[in-house]
Amino acid sequence: MSPSNTPAATLYEKIWEAHAVAQGPGGRTLLYVDRHLLHDGSFHAFAALKAAGRAVRRPDAAFATPDHYAPTRGRENIADPELRDKVETLQANARATRITLFPIDDVRQGIVHVIGPEQGITQPGITLVCGDSHTSTHGALGALAFGIGASEVAHVLATQALWQTRAKTMRVSVTGKLPAGVHSKDIILALIAQIGAFGGTGYTLEYAGPGIRALSMEARMTICNMSIEAGARSGLIAPDETTYEYLAGRPHSPQGADWERALTRWRLLPSDADARFDREVALDAAALEPMATWGTSPEHGIGVAGVVPDPSGQSDATRRASMEKALRYMDLKPGQPIEGLAIDRVFIGSCTNSRIEDLRAAAQVVRGRKAVIPAMVVPGSGLVKRAAEAEGLDRVFIDAGFDWREAGCSMCVGMNGDLVAAGERCASTSNRNFEGRQGKGARTHLMSPAMAAAAAVTGKITDVRKLSLPPGRGPGRGL
Amino acid sequence: MTPFNTLTSIAVPLDIVNVDTDRIVPARFLRQPRSAGYQNFLFHDLREGDEDFVFDRAEYQGAQILVAAENFGCGSSREAAVWALAGAGLRAWIAPSFGDIFFENSFKNGVLAIVLPLDRVAGLRSLLQREPGARLTIDLQAQTVTFPDGSIEGFEIDPFRKECLLAGIDEIDLTMRHVDQIAAYEDRQRAETPWLAASR
Ligand code: SF4
Repeated sequence: MSPSNTPAATLYEKIWEAHAVAQGPGGRTLLYVDRHLLHDGSFHAFAALKAAGRAVRRPDAAFATPDHYAPTRGRENIADPELRDKVETLQANARATRITLFPIDDVRQGIVHVIGPEQGITQPGITLVCGDSHTSTHGALGALAFGIGASEVAHVLATQALWQTRAKTMRVSVTGKLPAGVHSKDIILALIAQIGAFGGTGYTLEYAGPGIRALSMEARMTICNMSIEAGARSGLIAPDETTYEYLAGRPHSPQGADWERALTRWRLLPSDADARFDREVALDAAALEPMATWGTSPEHGIGVAGVVPDPSGQSDATRRASMEKALRYMDLKPGQPIEGLAIDRVFIGSCTNSRIEDLRAAAQVVRGRKAVIPAMVVPGSGLVKRAAEAEGLDRVFIDAGFDWREAGCSMCVGMNGDLVAAGERCASTSNRNFEGRQGKGARTHLMSPAMAAAAAVTGKITDVRKLSLPPGRGPGRGL
Repeated sequence: MTPFNTLTSIAVPLDIVNVDTDRIVPARFLRQPRSAGYQNFLFHDLREGDEDFVFDRAEYQGAQILVAAENFGCGSSREAAVWALAGAGLRAWIAPSFGDIFFENSFKNGVLAIVLPLDRVAGLRSLLQREPGARLTIDLQAQTVTFPDGSIEGFEIDPFRKECLLAGIDEIDLTMRHVDQIAAYEDRQRAETPWLAASR
């Protein structure tokens, strides 16, 4: 219960209130921005700032790293002049404005949404923005984090604040224990299939319940990451002991007496027991099976035992036509089972699933097997890569014939040249199966790292639960 | 930014749900500077596969209004999606719902994004398909859209965005008027959460 003198509030409302600097007309609020992440796609915003002759208000609150254009090999001497230019432009912009930079040759470089939490830049109760829609990831630590466009990036650089309209709140209560072989990626794919690709539009999602509490930090990030695929700009999870344990001792986490002060504040953040949400949604994790998408929207997820849906069941003509278009693009037929579908290529990586636990889950399936199709693993950061190598995971992948690359966005979006060829089917641990997302004409099937690994060693969409695993290494917990 | 008042124009209908910003501008073009003219990449791959793509049909040339389906502009935060559409001459878009970031980006570029009820927008799209070249009128001050049949539909817009559009205001200038409040916030931050504050 909230103290009787303050009305009950959700986590979102508490962070919002704490950061409101000024009120504008029509319910617009000027929100203070605590942390700002920048990447090599931010050059438009830097250019706009420069053109307007404005200075960066708080370089100490901004952190930059190249990720979208970062080559995943041969980066000591980047051959493609355009890629090199994007990486160097970011690095030059960051240096000129005295923004903290994790450059391409630094072990701390990686995907912005991996390194924010990893460096302790992301903290409970803060506001954090980035010119990238998957900024929702950082909500896993109880930060109000959302993606913004280039104009807003320039606005934050200049003012350290943003005009925002308060979103509605939706609580997603997850109960039940994940069955073996089912992971947090399956929770979020199932949720998006349930509420739709715009079910969360206009809302801030808060993931709650025992099914969320039981998850590791990495697994929580996977869920918050894909909030935007349900249309929600932000997804939140209240901080708890798992969060504090994760953050303790990280380079940018508060230290010493500050850590104790921070903890006291963080413990007040969770939504009050009697707080009201505008919408409530429930999901039973125990009832889930491994998921895969069939179409070109993240809402096109089905259980691995399921079949491709029939558009003729759609009453809305526009929706029906869009589904038919998706089926044509994906070269699939209604009623076709998703399991057994031949796959040409596997990508394990992206800000959704490139953290150490993701690589462990994939390696567990790969160990002692061989990839029968081209497959690559792209760790989310140099530090994830190093940690994986310390555990010998790189050997597991390399021995099985996987490509083991340097950190970056890579084949999630293909901007660095890591592309899926036209017509190829890719089993991918990323977050978007849009037409052309991984390359022109590329066909993407989204799934968990364990499922992607199963696809790599079998050459088709395979229920990972049917693959025998080494004794004592059941594909259970976390992720 | 060019102020927005009233607009009467041909409207082009796009009958696809969940049009993501990757489709509006494929990622491989994002390395271009803005001066490259993002309208050149607008719906690039969609157009290539469809010679009869609605944006290329003669009847809709000169359209300044787009009428789209649910969740238009979902996905990536790339503002290039707005630049491409605006660069192609569009000044307003109407849909039953938009991706939140795309919606925000629209106003930042002087474009009016209007949400109308699903059935009204669906009806409007089919009318525009039946009668290509039909015109709509948008009156921002009055917050109305006049359909080709003369019927009028009101729309909501938050007063802040409306003011900015009507006057063509740069938001950063507006925010700078609150710089004292921002500085006061920073003082409080230094006292309460010094680990988040700038070290002096
Ligand atoms: S990994 Fe993919 S989704 Fe994540 S930030 Fe990079 S391009 Fe965007």
